[in-house]
Amino acid sequence: MEVPILKQGHYLIASIQSALSDADLSQLREALIARVGKFRARGVIVDVTALDVMDSFAVRTLRDIAHMARLRGAETVIVGIQPEVAFAMVQLGLTLKGIATALDLEEGLAFLDRQAQGRIDNRQGHGRIDRG
Amino acid sequence: MGVSTVADELRCLIAADTDVVQARQTGRDLAAEIGFSAGDQTVVAAAISEIARNILMYAKRGEVRFTKVLDGTRQGLIVVAEDDGPGIRDVSRAMQDGYSTSGGLGLGLPGARRLMDEFEVVSAPGQGTRITMRKWKRASA
Amino acid sequence: MVKKDAPPPPQDGSASPESTQALLRELVAHLRQNRTQLREEWARRITRAQLLTAMTEEEIFAEATSVYDNYVEALETGTFEALQAYARNLSERIIPRGVETHEVVGIVLLLRDVLARSLFAKYHEDFNKLNRILDAYEPAANRIANTVAVGFVQERERIIRQQQEAIRELSTPVLQVRERLLILPIIGVIDPQRNRQLTEQLLRAIRTNRAKVVVIDITGVAAMDSNVANQLVQTVEASRLLGATVIVTGLSPEIAQTLVTIGVDLSEMATVGDLQGGIEEAERLLGYKVIPYAEATQQA
Repeated sequence: MEVPILKQGHYLIASIQSALSDADLSQLREALIARVGKFRARGVIVDVTALDVMDSFAVRTLRDIAHMARLRGAETVIVGIQPEVAFAMVQLGLTLKGIATALDLEEGLAFLDRQAQGRIDNRQGHGRIDRG
Repeated sequence: MGVSTVADELRCLIAADTDVVQARQTGRDLAAEIGFSAGDQTVVAAAISEIARNILMYAKRGEVRFTKVLDGTRQGLIVVAEDDGPGIRDVSRAMQDGYSTSGGLGLGLPGARRLMDEFEVVSAPGQGTRITMRKWKRASA
Repeated sequence: MVKKDAPPPPQDGSASPESTQALLRELVAHLRQNRTQLREEWARRITRAQLLTAMTEEEIFAEATSVYDNYVEALETGTFEALQAYARNLSERIIPRGVETHEVVGIVLLLRDVLARSLFAKYHEDFNKLNRILDAYEPAANRIANTVAVGFVQERERIIRQQQEAIRELSTPVLQVRERLLILPIIGVIDPQRNRQLTEQLLRAIRTNRAKVVVIDITGVAAMDSNVANQLVQTVEASRLLGATVIVTGLSPEIAQTLVTIGVDLSEMATVGDLQGGIEEAERLLGYKVIPYAEATQQA
């Protein structure tokens, strides 16, 4: 099952629609990385609202995506983790340390915008990084 | 008052990664039927996902069996994951729970154990592995 | 009770007049025939023993009828699921009325006695027969008493757990004081159950209120063992997964020590001394600037 990836300005948005198998997740990773390079994306949003379970493989895949995206100059934000899923994740000991997370797509976009602004401010010598 | 089975056993063969999704979906559906809270359904699904994936990774093939159970007034779900794989050499070490937040590595057994109410591993090198886990429905307001 | 030698049970399981099944059938027939007077006798005994005082006579009689019929049916079928279900159903109705365990056990034992007495009365001329009937009756009657009593106790425990859960729910409110800011003051003893419920409530609230900052105040928590401390850390991590920043306030030196002991890097966890300070920090994070009223009116 392929995950649709949309391009919005300099950002890529991958919206997961339903339960994904390990193979689907790997495919998503490859597709995102390829597109980040192709479109010189500055940000990646992975919307996991529809994921009812986040297990170790899913977390590993998301970490891989974030890591590889960063190597290509793009920030990744994971959005839409459901309360029950977050709860199960922390009990399993799975964290997304070092990866930005936001409540939903709107918040995710706002975060990336702030990041981009911070970089512009930095380049213009303002030197203030907004924590957000 | 002994444990009595409410329904027959459901089996999921684990041989491909789509089976992992199938198994956890089945577990979630059964948990929903029993009346588990949304949170507990997710917890059950996550534990099954970890354990089923282990089967795939280490034994290549196995099965997950589900049974709804009634013990007095407690309703619950029993999940048994079994394979004829290489087995676990040092079960107690594999079960070590260091509250590690590095996550996602190793067998995932301690994590799955934390999610379930009861957890039992029977395994030895060359003798396959059988994991039995139970979760009970909580009394809700 | 003096027993004469009873004839050996039939080896081939055939339905001879002496078989337990046949005896039970005879017994059940007797109980059905004399239903009215036995039931009344029982109801009288209940009142005399001052049981079920929380209920009116009409109610007692109505319930007595159901219990009697279920009792006889259990004797007849030899299966107890229906009785168990009935016992729980009955318990669910009478527990809120204040009926207690000893009353329920009491009335079932009284019924057992009333029926036993009627058997004595009927078969007193045939001592042999009486023995055999009682041999058939006693195990079944005792199992019935057990089933009803256990059913009642289990139902009671279930209700208590339910009430405890409700109390826990009430005592951990998540407050929204500003837009996008939630405060969770924790007071008293946290046990794993409460912790779990707290976390679930908080996470749901984060999503509902689209909170970006959460202040968890543990000033009111006296002590924390490593398990609970771990759960606090999990709550913080889970909140982050929903995009919220967490500030923990009111950390006592003892609790700080516990957290360090379990390996929490306190420099990673945002902590502020007290709740007030925590709220101010939260507002800063959210981009609020609190200006004095005079200044505000000047600017307007």
